[in-house]
Amino acid sequence: MSTLADLSIGRTARVKNVGGSDEISVRLLEMGLTPGVEVTMLGAAPLGDPLEFEVRGYRLSVRRGEAARVEIVDPNVAS
Amino acid sequence: MLIGNPNTGKSTLFNALAGLRQRVGNFPGVTVEKKLGRMSHEGQTLSLVDLPGTYSLAPRSPDEMVAVDVLLGRRDDVPPPDVVVCIVDASNLERNLYLVSQVLELGLPTVIALNMVDVAGSHGVVVDVQRLSRQLGAPVVPLVASRRRGVAELKAAVAAAIDTRVAPPPSPFPVEFRREVDQLEAALAARRQNGGALPRYLVERLLLDTGGYLEDLVLANGAGDLSARLHDARGRLEQAGCAVPAVEAVSRYGWVSQVVDGTIRRTADRSATFSDRLDRVLTHWFSGTLAFAVMMLAVFSLIFWAADWPMTWIDEGVGALGGWVEGALPAGALRSLLVDGVIAGVGAVVIFLPQILILFCFIAILEDCGYMARAAFLMDRLMSRVGLSGKSFIPLLSSFACAVPGIMATRVIENRRDRLTTILVAPLMSCSARLPVYVILIAAFIPDRSYFFGLLGLRGLTMFAMYLLGVVTAVLVALVLKKTLLRGGTPPFVMELPGYKWPSIRMVLHRMLDRGWAFLRRAGTLIFAVSIVVWAAAYYPRNEAAVEAPFIAQRERLESRLDDSDVSPSQREAYEAELADVENRIASEYQKQSFLGRAGRSIEPAVRPLGWDWRIGCAAIASFPAREVVMSVLGVIYNLGEVDVGDEQGQGNLRERLKAATWDDTGRPVYNIPVALSIMVFFALCAQCAATLAVIKRETNSWAWPVFTFTYMTGLAYLGALVTYQVGMRLMG
Repeated sequence: MSTLADLSIGRTARVKNVGGSDEISVRLLEMGLTPGVEVTMLGAAPLGDPLEFEVRGYRLSVRRGEAARVEIVDPNVAS
Repeated sequence: MLIGNPNTGKSTLFNALAGLRQRVGNFPGVTVEKKLGRMSHEGQTLSLVDLPGTYSLAPRSPDEMVAVDVLLGRRDDVPPPDVVVCIVDASNLERNLYLVSQVLELGLPTVIALNMVDVAGSHGVVVDVQRLSRQLGAPVVPLVASRRRGVAELKAAVAAAIDTRVAPPPSPFPVEFRREVDQLEAALAARRQNGGALPRYLVERLLLDTGGYLEDLVLANGAGDLSARLHDARGRLEQAGCAVPAVEAVSRYGWVSQVVDGTIRRTADRSATFSDRLDRVLTHWFSGTLAFAVMMLAVFSLIFWAADWPMTWIDEGVGALGGWVEGALPAGALRSLLVDGVIAGVGAVVIFLPQILILFCFIAILEDCGYMARAAFLMDRLMSRVGLSGKSFIPLLSSFACAVPGIMATRVIENRRDRLTTILVAPLMSCSARLPVYVILIAAFIPDRSYFFGLLGLRGLTMFAMYLLGVVTAVLVALVLKKTLLRGGTPPFVMELPGYKWPSIRMVLHRMLDRGWAFLRRAGTLIFAVSIVVWAAAYYPRNEAAVEAPFIAQRERLESRLDDSDVSPSQREAYEAELADVENRIASEYQKQSFLGRAGRSIEPAVRPLGWDWRIGCAAIASFPAREVVMSVLGVIYNLGEVDVGDEQGQGNLRERLKAATWDDTGRPVYNIPVALSIMVFFALCAQCAATLAVIKRETNSWAWPVFTFTYMTGLAYLGALVTYQVGMRLMG
């Protein structure tokens, strides 16, 4: 199961699911990380955390731990 | 009512609509700001309420509940809205429409302000306004708020929307969900105990918000088996494939995609814009950190150096005012009250104004151009080790210059616990007011030795050590707070990184002046009161006859000698110096007799373990309004008259006096290195700044926190000074 935390720089993937139902997951969903949406990994902060993504036309920064809740489907891999 | 995502230019729009006619207050019981304004359109005056920027109307805390309640008209202090203006960022339409979806469901007349169409244009995005308006079922007005374009049209649209009937749009939710909401609504209505029915929007939220905040609120009003019902309903929904809470995001964004389809045209490929390229550099691990370090250094130094000139100017102005009053009134209590109490006390606060203005100018510029978010992004890792998030970094850094604007800057932190922790440790960052204390004591008592071929001076190191002490203590306190009083997981750091743009001068100026004025007004009223109290304690009781008696003869002798015309210049100088000395000793005697002096002497047993004598204790109490005052007070007590700490000569004399000071009873010197260090440690850690405490009260909306801050910091300061002195004496004998 690959997650947003595993996505490498420059790659794009589609969101499959966001795990959990607590405040953090709700936040991720509200900010647009819903199943089916495309996300591109842009980079990481100096110490490797947090990460920066592009989603729905804007930039979002998320911690690695939080990003790990978002399951992705690699559009290049036949599912 | 104005609502919208953060970073959409909402404040700019509010200013454009209301101009100078605005007021800021607080909603009782929460830390949310209540911003009211008045706007006029064709002779009509409309009142405007600005709600805090938010990404979604899901109430998970009292602060968030306020916005929802205001919109639903459930608050007594704000009338229900006639029109809701929802501001969206045209270059970022999809995510912004999530909030719009929620707002439209409320069934109120709504106008969509489509802001930043210029930015969208430069990204190659064109919005079909007519079509968007049709899809949303509400008027859409394109704007560039920062250039005041489209504002008139918006006003017209708002005026037109008043008193229109609006049909709530078709719900984006699937049928199963809507059915559950119907059932829940019916059940709640049946058990209604308090009259007023719960609006449908809130019933929906009960089902959606798994955090339980809203549930607890409703249960408090008696709804019996609500929890069980919700649990069952959610179970059924999950079975049907509409699991809560995801169903909301999925449904709403599904709706958003429909709306956006055909409404947005991309004329150019979204290739790397200047903004993107800049971002690549600034968030890159190497160049980003470097740029960040340079930026911080620049801001910090500028605050110290650029504030110097206006501060001196204000200081002299205050001094001149004092001098004028002194000349204009006869000697006595009133004159002293005005000059030594009010003018000196309030002056000590007003002198912070240039720093505040400069700091806020920088913060406003950095925030407006979008850099602030990058700074938080870069520092988040370090901050989260301490249980905070990157957003705390800038406020804490600002507190090195002055905690007052630093604490005000914590508004960007949404999470209440996080914000509170940041506010509570901010005063530990050694602010610029502590500098005079460090400078004098270090110069007087720390030997001028250096190591490493003159690169590391002992004095510089000591100064650095004091700053470091503040930071280390703050880290420890934050950790402790997070584990005890303010327990809770590290808050999520899901943050938008807005696009870069040129900061708007008007916006920056407005924010700067707004904060500056708020500072003057609020901290100033408390300082005024405190100054009077401290003055009174230092002035009374004033037994003129008893105090001056021993000196009368001497004074008269000197005065008559000076009146004598054939006295040589050098002799005259000597007499004048002696007379000044007599006056100073009288002043110091008065101090000793005053309440403050007596208080100082009565706490002497408590401060002896710190190595202090009653004079230092007295000065510590008297400098409560503002730390720098401690040096002036010591100056008076040590027979020097007012020591203006900016004055080189004054410093020199105080230095000599401190070195020569001895204990009353034993005649041993009072000051030595451990004592000097213990004083510095005390001032590094203590909460002696009424202005800071006043700001804490304002930002947390309660008296409990400033009291807590004062107590814990003073306690730490005492312990720290105690340990320093005792250990120091053991080590240095």
